[in-house]
Amino acid sequence: MTVQEFKDIFYNGLWKQNPGIAQLLGLCPLLAISSSVVNALSLGLATTLVMALSGSAVATIREFISNEARIPVYVLLIAVLVTIVQLLINAYAYPLYLVLGVFLPLITTNCIILARAESFASKNGALASALDGIAMGLGLTAVLVVLGGIREIFGHGTLLSGIDLVFGEAAKPWIITVVPDYHGFLLAVLPPGAFITLGMLIALKNWLNLRAEEKARAAATIAVSSQAA
Amino acid sequence: MAKASFYTASNLLLFAVVSTALLAWTYDLTRETIARSIENEKLKLIAQIAPSATYDNDIMKDVADLAADKLLGGTETTVVYRGRLNNRPSIAVLQAVAPDGYGGRIHLILAIHHDGRISGVRVVSHKETPGLGDYIEIAKNDWINGFNGISLENRKSSEWKVKKDGGTFDYRAGATITPRAVVKAAHKALRYYAQHRDELFAQSLPENTSGKEGKK
Repeated sequence: MTVQEFKDIFYNGLWKQNPGIAQLLGLCPLLAISSSVVNALSLGLATTLVMALSGSAVATIREFISNEARIPVYVLLIAVLVTIVQLLINAYAYPLYLVLGVFLPLITTNCIILARAESFASKNGALASALDGIAMGLGLTAVLVVLGGIREIFGHGTLLSGIDLVFGEAAKPWIITVVPDYHGFLLAVLPPGAFITLGMLIALKNWLNLRAEEKARAAATIAVSSQAA
Repeated sequence: MAKASFYTASNLLLFAVVSTALLAWTYDLTRETIARSIENEKLKLIAQIAPSATYDNDIMKDVADLAADKLLGGTETTVVYRGRLNNRPSIAVLQAVAPDGYGGRIHLILAIHHDGRISGVRVVSHKETPGLGDYIEIAKNDWINGFNGISLENRKSSEWKVKKDGGTFDYRAGATITPRAVVKAAHKALRYYAQHRDELFAQSLPENTSGKEGKK
């Protein structure tokens, strides 16, 4: 794999085709678990792990799957991987399981994983597919964390609440109270708050893209006119 | 055509078999560790709901098997932990199941004082909707502390409902099935306790006491 391919994969995952704000896939977990930073980060990373595994698994076996059966096989593979990850977290990282527990099976329903299996891993090698999974997963995680942060500040007036559940009681002082004596804003905590915040994030990304395009066009015009001169 | 279908079907079958084997292997690998974590977690929960001042015996060893009972919601034998103070029964830790949660069975653990007041309730495991029905967990919300101190005497039968149904228990809009199930299960467990209290404390230890546990 060339350096350029490597760069492309990460640029696509993190920005250009970001699953959260460009492809808009995987909205179900996006809305359900982005109510706080800690939830968002933990589940984002778990999803990244599953995507890397499923990507490389699909890429490895793509030669052996008959074309008609490929989608059911992908779904089967993803479900199996999620269950394995769930069992392993349950067994070897129990405190984390207590936080993520009920969310973990939701990863299976995240269509971004199936989408990457079908559109990338079924056409590329195992390494590239694993990297694609990591890049897409990190892109999703980044959006989740930003969304979780905004919703947590507006909803509860705190940041990093619940971190003591992941790192133990010692981590309790890490919780940041942004607005003391905040009475909470229910809309931000409920799914509509997630929709509205996500909408604003998408608008921001589109605005940045448009601005970059305009700049590029202006630069091109200047280049052309200076050449002509 | 038939040949292609056969190929596709056998392809699917192969992957199903391999996946099942993989899952079975992981399950087997992790089963004991998971059972141990759940056991440890249960001990922690018991410590939370049965204050150490209320008993002076080794509560974890003073156990008895309870036959499956409709009021405990279970179809399997469960274990009761019995606390005694100066050799007199003081507190009992029961396990109950709310079978009608939104996502299926909700496993509860309840500590009940000898006089029938609830000392505390905790959710051991559940499959309620994340972010919506999971406020029954102590880690997410202190809703479950609403059970502390109540009994069949100080709450009439008609008050053992969520406020929406005319009872006295809080609930959260959009997630009423979950608290309804928990309240009902706690009410039933208290009634079970009221009916069986004396035999429950008198019952002898089961023959095999080495960390015996009701199957889940």
